[in-house]
Amino acid sequence: MKNAIGRDIPAHISGINNIRLYEGAGVYKPEKSGAGKKLRVGKPHTNKILQSIDEAIEKTGLKDGQTISFHHHLRNGDYVMKMVVERIAAKGIKNITIAASSLSPCHDFLIDYIKDGTVTALESSGLRGQLGKYLTRHPEALQKPTIIRSHGGRARAIEAGELHIDVAFMAAPTCDRQGNATGRIGKSAFGSMGYAMIDAAYADNVVLITDNLVDEPVHPYSIPQTQVDYIVPVEEIGDPAGIASGAIRITKSPTQLLIAKYAAEVMEKTGILKEGFSMQLGSGGASLAAAKFIREKMEAQNITGSFGIGGVTGIFSEMLKDGLFKACYDAQTFDTTAVQSLAENPNHIEISASFYANPWNAGPIVNDLDVVILSATEVDLDFNVNVITDSNGVCMGASGGHSDTAAGAALTIIVMPLIRGRLPMIRDHVQNVVTPGNDVDVIITERGIAINPKRTDLIEKLSNSGLPIMKIEKLQQMAYDFVGKPDEVQLSDADKDIVAVVEYRDGSILDVIRKPLV
Amino acid sequence: MNDPKTRLRRTMMFVPGNSPKMINSADIYGADSLMFDVEDAIAITEKDTARHLVANALKTLKFHSETVVRINHPTQTPFGMDDLKVILPSKPDMIRLPKVEDVSEVQLITDEIEKVEKENGWPEGTINIIGAIESVKGLYNVREICQQPRLIAIALGAEDFIANLKTQRTKTGIELYYARSQILMAARDAEIQCMDTVFSDVKDMEGFEREVTNSRDMGFDGKSVIHPKQITAVHRIYTPNDKQLTHALKVLAAFEDSLKNHKGVLAVDGKMIDGPIVVRAQRIVDQAKAAGIDVEKKREEI
Amino acid sequence: MTKILAKSAKAGFEEKNDLVVEVSPLQNGSGVVIDLQSPVKNQYGRHIEALIKDTVTAEGFFDVQVNVLDKGAWDYTIKARTIAALERGMKQ
Repeated sequence: MKNAIGRDIPAHISGINNIRLYEGAGVYKPEKSGAGKKLRVGKPHTNKILQSIDEAIEKTGLKDGQTISFHHHLRNGDYVMKMVVERIAAKGIKNITIAASSLSPCHDFLIDYIKDGTVTALESSGLRGQLGKYLTRHPEALQKPTIIRSHGGRARAIEAGELHIDVAFMAAPTCDRQGNATGRIGKSAFGSMGYAMIDAAYADNVVLITDNLVDEPVHPYSIPQTQVDYIVPVEEIGDPAGIASGAIRITKSPTQLLIAKYAAEVMEKTGILKEGFSMQLGSGGASLAAAKFIREKMEAQNITGSFGIGGVTGIFSEMLKDGLFKACYDAQTFDTTAVQSLAENPNHIEISASFYANPWNAGPIVNDLDVVILSATEVDLDFNVNVITDSNGVCMGASGGHSDTAAGAALTIIVMPLIRGRLPMIRDHVQNVVTPGNDVDVIITERGIAINPKRTDLIEKLSNSGLPIMKIEKLQQMAYDFVGKPDEVQLSDADKDIVAVVEYRDGSILDVIRKPLV
Repeated sequence: MNDPKTRLRRTMMFVPGNSPKMINSADIYGADSLMFDVEDAIAITEKDTARHLVANALKTLKFHSETVVRINHPTQTPFGMDDLKVILPSKPDMIRLPKVEDVSEVQLITDEIEKVEKENGWPEGTINIIGAIESVKGLYNVREICQQPRLIAIALGAEDFIANLKTQRTKTGIELYYARSQILMAARDAEIQCMDTVFSDVKDMEGFEREVTNSRDMGFDGKSVIHPKQITAVHRIYTPNDKQLTHALKVLAAFEDSLKNHKGVLAVDGKMIDGPIVVRAQRIVDQAKAAGIDVEKKREEI
Repeated sequence: MTKILAKSAKAGFEEKNDLVVEVSPLQNGSGVVIDLQSPVKNQYGRHIEALIKDTVTAEGFFDVQVNVLDKGAWDYTIKARTIAALERGMKQ
């Protein structure tokens, strides 16, 4: 069956119920109420502190076939998932679904527990590292394809009752004895707990795992004690080196800087860069570097923006501090400078994944974005974007907030090199779609800029701008002139070889990721 | 086609001739000229691989910018003549002759170029020469060197020159003042272009801009650059202001009018204008166009 | 005129967008034998092998072992490194 962007989706995918095809952004209207949280009776004077992960597994009654969840605020420094899964395996519990807000290379250990049947399904923002390679080569290792959701889509799925979490194991950098938790302080501080908030609110059982249990009340808290069943103190929840890099710096790559400069010029010349504008910059060299040029223009023209959203880096929190923006909404904090800003600057506001991007609430903040600048691993002539698989079809990335912000922003800019190594990055058709081309307005490369033909207003504004504007077909040809047209990597069309299902943020099926035949 | 004698050369960017990565992206930063270096950037043991790389790049890739190859010296090193043999058939726009000290060196290269032009049936003047004065001896012969017909631009190469003087670069540039002036005079006398030397501290953008402003004011046509980020600054400094552009457009309009109506003496805003002023006006208009100024709109406004 | 390599020789660097080409003489009649390692083998493997073979033959060599360690080089680089390696292999 073909969906609204012409992607071929099998009518039945093993393990995926109620397949609903993508019909376009905002077309599907849910007519139901969402999930409720499980009611519990908190007994007076109960000690929530447990001695071990084992005890938490026993008390929550975790059993075969259930779903457990983790957040990814510890990024590549996360110790918590491993310490939990190891104990689940030791207890002989099988057939577990892991619903993580994302997975990093530090989760490669999962391969062992997939092989022994402890873990049989994954739901995540993406797949990376050895795990991504392994599952791309062996989709049969899991009982069903991995479900890929955007950050907003995951919050929606939880709130809508489509993703039911039996036990949420939430790493907490600091919490008090009642379970009020924050990510702002502690030796493993990572800033916003935006992705943990939804799990804590909706999971049947919530276990906090902390390496900084304090006696004094924690305030402000990101997770309230009313949602927390148990607390397990451990030595370390993560490796500080993997959690937050020191200050993230602007790239020195001249090519990335050139692309970033073009992005700022596109913003200026389309009139988006004006008093009170709002923006989000994706992670990635060129998108972050755009901040440098945006800042220069804001200062030169005396412009103050209204707010930014993140994925917050020190690069943005410094702009907030210097008064270039009035507020910063933070679902995830990327570096130590930004963590400090969240702790100290009252205009640096912590938000949940739902507040950030859930399409099924009355107003996620992405809906108010004027401009977002995002990276891509490849795009195609229809402006569709792939951020999950590399050129050989191997899963190595994550959906993140890509499709959420692209759908919400008035101007969506993709920044990427035209050629990586020898590989041209504008394809006839991307291998799989995370963000539909309908939500993408401008693609900026080091050799030229393509505007989505449906944005005639932008084409008019930019045509005499002096910027290298051209049709996307011409830009693709330019790359081919340098490196030739690549042979297509053949993908298996067997249904058993579906590695992952890409959900659009509204839960419809946008695409499937198929095993490459190489 | 741009006339090689008059085309804009605000920036000439050095590109190490043995780095495919840098060659691949050399063209994207908007330098007016790219100078692929098989001389000082290349170790003695890799001269052969570099010249083949540059030659194949020139044959295969389409460059927007003018292409220049800095060869090794044809008589002072054993590599220069081999460089020419491999590189000339790939048809660069210019050969840069380093450490030029004598007209015979220019003649030697001119002969090689003419041979290759004839063999390939290319028009005479397809490939030209830019010389670089890098020694006191070269400076003493600069007037004669500049008069060589194939030599359409001259540059100062300060690093070797400074060593030759037994001094070092300073912020004021006093050590190069004489050389810059002398080379510039020789270039203007021969009616060829004149390029200033590199500024090697890429972190010191303030010092760089000061130096570029000074050399522009002295009369240099452009600057040699070693990093993409220097390009924007040079182009900004070489962008004429509104008053300059307005005047230049008036001069050109008056000149065209005089041609059409066979008028003899010309005046703009009450001042006499003659040949060199028209040439300079055209250059200002070219610089404005290259900087992205809508010159046609401006022309209509006047 | 058929050329015969005097010795094995290498050209190029193990750096992004570059490649290392190593050529060695083979017995008469062996042909051009290519061993290619490349991150873009799936996309450009056939093309690169054909290009190397054409380059070697155009330079006048017919019996050569060519070992290639590619790092995403473009065609002109592949050609230049191959020619340079052959040239080096002709020097005693």
